[in-house]
Amino acid sequence: MFCGTAIGMASSASVNSTSTIACKIALIAPAGANLGNPMTYLAKPKLHHPSLTQNKVCHNRRDYEGRISSLCAGCGHDSISAAIIQACFEMDVEPHRVAKLSGIGCSSKTPDYFLGNSHGFNTVHGRMPSVLTGANLANRGLLYLGVSGDGDSASIGIGQFAHVMRRGVNMTYIVENNGVYGLTKGQFSATADQGSKSKKGAINTDTPIDMISLALQMGASFVARSFSGDKQQLVPLIKAAIAHQGAAFIDVISPCVTFNNHPGSTKSYDYVREHNEAVNRVDFIPPRAEIVVDYAEGEVVEVEQHDGSVLLLRKAHGAHDVHDRIAAMNYVATHQAKGEVLTGLLYVDDEAVDLHHHLNTIDAPLFSLGVAELCPGPAVLAKINAGLR
Amino acid sequence: MSAVIAVPPAISAVNDFVVKFANVNGSGSASANELFAKAILRMGVPVSPRNIFPSNIQGLPTWYEIRVTAQGYLGRRGGVDLMVAMNPQTWNQDIAEIAPGGYLFYDNSKPLPTGKFRQDIHVIGMPLTEISNATYAEPRQRQLFKNIIYVGALAALLGIDTKVFQKLFAEQFKGKEKLLDANTQALHLGRDYALAKLPRIGLKVMPLDAVGEQIFVDGNAAAALGLVYGGATVCAWYPITPSSSLAEGFQSYCQKLRVDPVTGKHRYAIIQAEDEIASIGIIVGAGWNGARAFTATSGPGISLMTEFLGLAYFAEIPITLLNVQRGGPSTGMPTRTQQADLLCCAYASHGDTKHVLLFPEDPHECFEFAAAALDLAERLQTPVFVMSDLDIGMNQRLCQPFSWDENRHYDRGKVLNAEQLEASRDFGRYLDVDGDGIAYRTLPGTHPNKGSFFTRGTTRNVYAQYSEAGPDYIANVQRLLKKFDTAKTLVPQPVLRAAAQPTRYGVIYFGSTSPAMHEALDALQADHLHLDAMRLRAFPFPASVDAFIAAHDQVFVVEQNRDGQLRGMLINEQQIDPARLVAVLHYDGTPITARFIIAAIGKHLRKV
Ligand SMILES: Cc1ncc(C[n+]2csc(CCOP(=O)(O)OP(=O)(O)O)c2C)c(N)n1
Ligand SMILES: [Mg+2]
Repeated sequence: MFCGTAIGMASSASVNSTSTIACKIALIAPAGANLGNPMTYLAKPKLHHPSLTQNKVCHNRRDYEGRISSLCAGCGHDSISAAIIQACFEMDVEPHRVAKLSGIGCSSKTPDYFLGNSHGFNTVHGRMPSVLTGANLANRGLLYLGVSGDGDSASIGIGQFAHVMRRGVNMTYIVENNGVYGLTKGQFSATADQGSKSKKGAINTDTPIDMISLALQMGASFVARSFSGDKQQLVPLIKAAIAHQGAAFIDVISPCVTFNNHPGSTKSYDYVREHNEAVNRVDFIPPRAEIVVDYAEGEVVEVEQHDGSVLLLRKAHGAHDVHDRIAAMNYVATHQAKGEVLTGLLYVDDEAVDLHHHLNTIDAPLFSLGVAELCPGPAVLAKINAGLR
Repeated sequence: MSAVIAVPPAISAVNDFVVKFANVNGSGSASANELFAKAILRMGVPVSPRNIFPSNIQGLPTWYEIRVTAQGYLGRRGGVDLMVAMNPQTWNQDIAEIAPGGYLFYDNSKPLPTGKFRQDIHVIGMPLTEISNATYAEPRQRQLFKNIIYVGALAALLGIDTKVFQKLFAEQFKGKEKLLDANTQALHLGRDYALAKLPRIGLKVMPLDAVGEQIFVDGNAAAALGLVYGGATVCAWYPITPSSSLAEGFQSYCQKLRVDPVTGKHRYAIIQAEDEIASIGIIVGAGWNGARAFTATSGPGISLMTEFLGLAYFAEIPITLLNVQRGGPSTGMPTRTQQADLLCCAYASHGDTKHVLLFPEDPHECFEFAAAALDLAERLQTPVFVMSDLDIGMNQRLCQPFSWDENRHYDRGKVLNAEQLEASRDFGRYLDVDGDGIAYRTLPGTHPNKGSFFTRGTTRNVYAQYSEAGPDYIANVQRLLKKFDTAKTLVPQPVLRAAAQPTRYGVIYFGSTSPAMHEALDALQADHLHLDAMRLRAFPFPASVDAFIAAHDQVFVVEQNRDGQLRGMLINEQQIDPARLVAVLHYDGTPITARFIIAAIGKHLRKV
């Protein structure tokens, strides 16, 4: 048994609410379950754990789980954790090769609830991007997963969000977007709808920030939106983002059942289900795997990423070109004006390069270098001294 | 040849005077002035130059003050013996600063600027613009060579051998023969005019052998080099005077010393971040992930970093900060020096936090402490500050050469590798296994199923599991105190200078006060006022500080801030009776002088 799971089980004793247990079930949804409706998989009892089959790196799905979630039952964030678990398991990611970082918020607590064998870092509010950047600079050999909230990334952290995208840090950056500050109990975040009413009755008059548009503008090289309740769309998007060798951003609408799930909220389960305009559906094919297509020709577009992985895009209506950043910005803006929530892969640069490329850093992780590689030694110092006389 | 000026009495001094250049920024004066300073050094005579540059866009006046000091007193002396007034804008102020009997050297190509004038100084006019314009056609050349012409004239007036300049030019313009010839020509123009037409003056430079092996370098460049030697690989910073040249220095040293010879790839990563919050966030991430990471900043930057400093303290992340102190606040005195960030760094952040501070006295120690800070940060798993200041950081200072032991290794602290984890039975990130308050840490990616943990502030137990339990919190912060005690034994220890005879008086000082203090102690001793002196080099304070204070009836605490910040820390941290500690405080933004210390301590001692 792996220690991460063992600790997770032990600490579950301290979690008292039964609702959190129900919530936890989202984390262990079976691979083959009908995932179209989020409520169906949320309700799966824990005992029906899927077969503990192992993936190519000899881990079963449980090895990708974390501690018991302490979030509210039905929280969209827990579904996203489940999607991350599924994506990493199916992608044969070695859990300990992932570093998961977050800011502060309910969303930012979630890295404790998945990938228990990965190191995680719950940093400060709105500043996860800088910490992730530094971690990535120190060790380019790991996979970086940044998890944040809309308050964390669009309110207090909008500056760092913008700059981490500009720099092209190789990472998967997920915003669990509920349009509200969950952890501090329901204040508006910067993505809250204009005119919407808080649980306490306040009206939001500020213009909402669209994270997708911002990420596109700032140069993110992989930009997607999804819905916590649509695992079929979300899981392949997460896989594709992980495979992407650059700044990958996924805005995941994640309803807050306690503070922002009321009728009219564009971040509620009902609204998103009714207004979800899926641009495309992505199937993720790992590098070197055989591509078997069973879609009608013309419907499917193949996108090969830098690492050899292939994204099969089943396009819905329209002919949005995922390689055209400007078109993506227009497309998003046009649909937003109509009140539609555009989901799917909106932009990808197959030839993306990352910050290490720009900085021309050596291939070996910087943290692993020792005195022999780093210290010029006394002879060079003697020369430097001589030049200073 | 004119006669020696006799009335009013002219200052007469050999190898012991102050020259101040008043210039307009961007006129190329900086390199000419530095050339002048270096020439005196090459004659074996110590000099101590200081840049004085107000944060003022209008006309950008700048000054360069050189103290020529046979005795090697490198603190600012105060007063000016020879003013080289090249900036009409600051004319009145410059004239007023000259000591009675001192000299004014100016460009008399145009009539004297109107304004106050003094009868007690000696005026030496030279048609610098005229000479330069007659010789050079291009405007830029006229400007640049005018500077070299005045250096040539001053060299003649002060008796500096032109051969010294010849050698300096040869080094500077190696392979650029044209420039070498042109500069030599300009220098000779100035020299010849001075020898033929200018009066002789009472200030002289005579060859001496008082420089030896010492090097001439600014503290920021020295710290940058120390960070390269100490193995820093990640730097994140945001420009701010007076620390910018430190990060820029790191960049340029890395370009020379840290590029893989085969692939051309970099063994370092430097990010000019969007602000200081991001700067520290980046190094916190890098430190968490095992790289030696630092930021360089000044007071306003520290203010922005304080939330992260708390996290780094409680989550026990090694990071190194170089704070080149200046006067506060953000619209304060950015181009003036102070030691006024002690409290804000020592206790930066919310909650019960304390941080390790190192106090370098000069560029040599900037190099040493920058490298040491990287070791200490990893050994102690905590933020470590190197508290430099503008006076040390941005002025070239004569100091001991840098040294590096061939066998020196980096202390990477308590980090468990995969084999150690494999062999371990009970890994707890915050378990005090060794009893020194320092727990073992693991780096991401080390082991498939052992040693991973979720890093957060204080809401956790020794196994890094979520906990808000009071006893867990207390046990943790008590361990952090124990770790701080351990730090006392690891930081650079104080340096003592015993008085010539037993005394009841002591003095404590630190950082850039050092050269002025040495000079003051010599003078006080000559005046039969004896004090034992202790130079603090780090916080937390080791037990020897208590012993030193206990051994004296009264101890002066000399510092460059208004509130006696170090004195307050001594009182609070070491439980010292405040009556025993006499504050000597200098905080007008200029570097402290021996004259100031002598007056303050002298007055007090004569009273008793
Ligand atoms: C500097 C600072 N200010 C305020 C807070 C309080 N705070 C904690 S979480 C949060 C909002 C989180 O909102 P969001 O990122 O949307 O996360 P959610 O809980 O909705 O998932 C705030 C304001 C804090 N932790 N730090
Ligand atoms: Mg939120």
